Amino acid sequence: MNDIRLKSRLKEMVRRREFGIFIIIVVMTVVVGFRNPTFFTKDNWKDMLMYASILAFISIGQMITIVTGGIDLSVGSVVALSGMSVGIIMREYPVFHPVLLILLGTIFGLGCGLVNGLLIGKGKIHPLITTLATMSIYRGLVVVVSRSRWVVYGDITDGFRMIARGNTLGINNLMFSALIIAIVAYYFLNHTRKGREIFAFGDHKEAAQFVGINGVNINILVYTISGLLAGFGGVLWVSRVHTAQANTALGYEMQTIAACVIGGVSIFGGVGSVIGVLLGTLVFGIILNALELIGIVDFWKLSVQGFVILLAVIFDAVLSHRVMEQMRKRRRIFDAE
Amino acid sequence: MSATLRSWEFTIFVLLIIVFIVNLFLSPDLFRIENLFDATLTFTEKSILTLPMALLIISGVIDISIASISAMSGVILGVCYRAGIAIGYATLIGLAVGLIAGSINGLIITKLRMPSIVVTLAMMLFYRGIGYILLGDTAVRDLPERFGLLGGAYSATFIPIQFLIFIVLAVVFGIILHRTKFGRLIYIVGNNENTARYSGVHVDRIRLILNAVTGLIAGLSGILLTSRIGSARPDIAQGNEMAVITIVLLGGVYIFGGRGSIIGVVIAALMLGYVHYGLSLLNIQEQVIRIFTGGLLIIALLIPTIAEKLRFREKPVGGG
Repeated sequence: MNDIRLKSRLKEMVRRREFGIFIIIVVMTVVVGFRNPTFFTKDNWKDMLMYASILAFISIGQMITIVTGGIDLSVGSVVALSGMSVGIIMREYPVFHPVLLILLGTIFGLGCGLVNGLLIGKGKIHPLITTLATMSIYRGLVVVVSRSRWVVYGDITDGFRMIARGNTLGINNLMFSALIIAIVAYYFLNHTRKGREIFAFGDHKEAAQFVGINGVNINILVYTISGLLAGFGGVLWVSRVHTAQANTALGYEMQTIAACVIGGVSIFGGVGSVIGVLLGTLVFGIILNALELIGIVDFWKLSVQGFVILLAVIFDAVLSHRVMEQMRKRRRIFDAE
Repeated sequence: MSATLRSWEFTIFVLLIIVFIVNLFLSPDLFRIENLFDATLTFTEKSILTLPMALLIISGVIDISIASISAMSGVILGVCYRAGIAIGYATLIGLAVGLIAGSINGLIITKLRMPSIVVTLAMMLFYRGIGYILLGDTAVRDLPERFGLLGGAYSATFIPIQFLIFIVLAVVFGIILHRTKFGRLIYIVGNNENTARYSGVHVDRIRLILNAVTGLIAGLSGILLTSRIGSARPDIAQGNEMAVITIVLLGGVYIFGGRGSIIGVVIAALMLGYVHYGLSLLNIQEQVIRIFTGGLLIIALLIPTIAEKLRFREKPVGGG
């Protein structure tokens, strides 16, 4: 009973937190814009949003794994592997339609995710360790499939380039796909049975099992979704930056985790929202963009990222401690009555 | 339990011998004792880190920022030396940096009761970033020759000093884990944190000490690596955390704490080291070698699940 109430308090906190993040975004926009007016230009926003779009939907995949109490460290490598494979296929068969290439990349990602899901679900290996290992394996496979020959600017066909440059309904394709994925994910997580089961499983594994939720299937499902989105993201990534290398998206998993953590996804599982992750992605995109505009050197980026993640996590921990403390006090009053 | 553990150690010992024989076929030169020890040079930096990491994992926490701490220690050593501090003192500062970094990890984990995985994930970026902030994409190259001896010199003409350090540390950590009260407490903490707390064990203090020691050894590992490659750079030791965790788990340490032994970890370290050596003899790239280490890690972790399934099939339900 208390546990349920605690969770609902935490969820309420997330909702309030989304508002808090929104305020942070506004403040950051004003401060950075004041320091460097280029920030407000349309081109700059377009650049930043194109970057944030890919990050957004891969982070949504990451969020779904974190909600179950797991984590997917392999997303960066899956982005690279799918991007590199698709890049090579494009180089060898320039006649392939971009849509086919997108499909292929998504399937590669799905395969990688399925392997993760099977190892975690059926093999019962800790998600962190599994994806730490597959992160290395997929990254190594990038080198193997490329035979150390990167996909370079000249290899990219015009049609492929238009994936990231083109528009659908007047919105840039990247932003459009992020939007669609966010809407689908929102519907899936909040309004379908499977979606609610994912949260239930993340809330309390034993309880979920008692009401007949199959944990193995949930694990397979969430890591497959995460891999699928990362595979899709890999194709868009290569289309956006026009190259695929062995170190493409190296360390990207950290950015997706950061976006989740900033967006209020609890690392203990069971708590998180698509809107929070979108806002978290935006905060992260603005921070990276601001670092560039204010003229902070590239070398600071890593530490700043680490610091932001740490702050967000500590903030979460302190808040949830406080909520728990309140719950405990209230319980004592009940006991006294 | 101890019987199965012993058999696990025996299994990897057999694996070590197989790897060894395969290596001999690949390169008959390995027969010469000098080469045998030279081959260890490429993996001792990782091996020494497996020792504190084993204790840490047995106590139920983990540190994935170790590779970043190594790089940061090496960089700060280099920066201090460039600023005119004598190399001896610079080395001590490098060690202190590791100790402090580990203590910060430990303090955040224990004081705020946060999952070590997430904390050290963030610190992994943070510490790595500090190396880059200090040196950018440059390196401190003109380190004195005397310093290079630490990572490359030999004692008794053929045993590398690094390897000696590993052996000495292995004995020390082995004694601490298996022969002292502190070691027993590590198992208790890892087996059941709450029981340990209620029994009056200072869980947080033990984990803090282990985190600090892991940081210290990570600093030492970074210094040895810096010495061996002859320059202080911020991009060293990347992916070492994976290699170290792989070795520890292959060595029979249970990922959720409470089980494991130093001898298993030492055998696993030697085995993985020689696998690495053999693969690099075949001219296989570092990143491709990681496919093998990653695969080995997964296999090592699948073994208990598979074994359990087989056992479950053999026995009637409810019997075991």
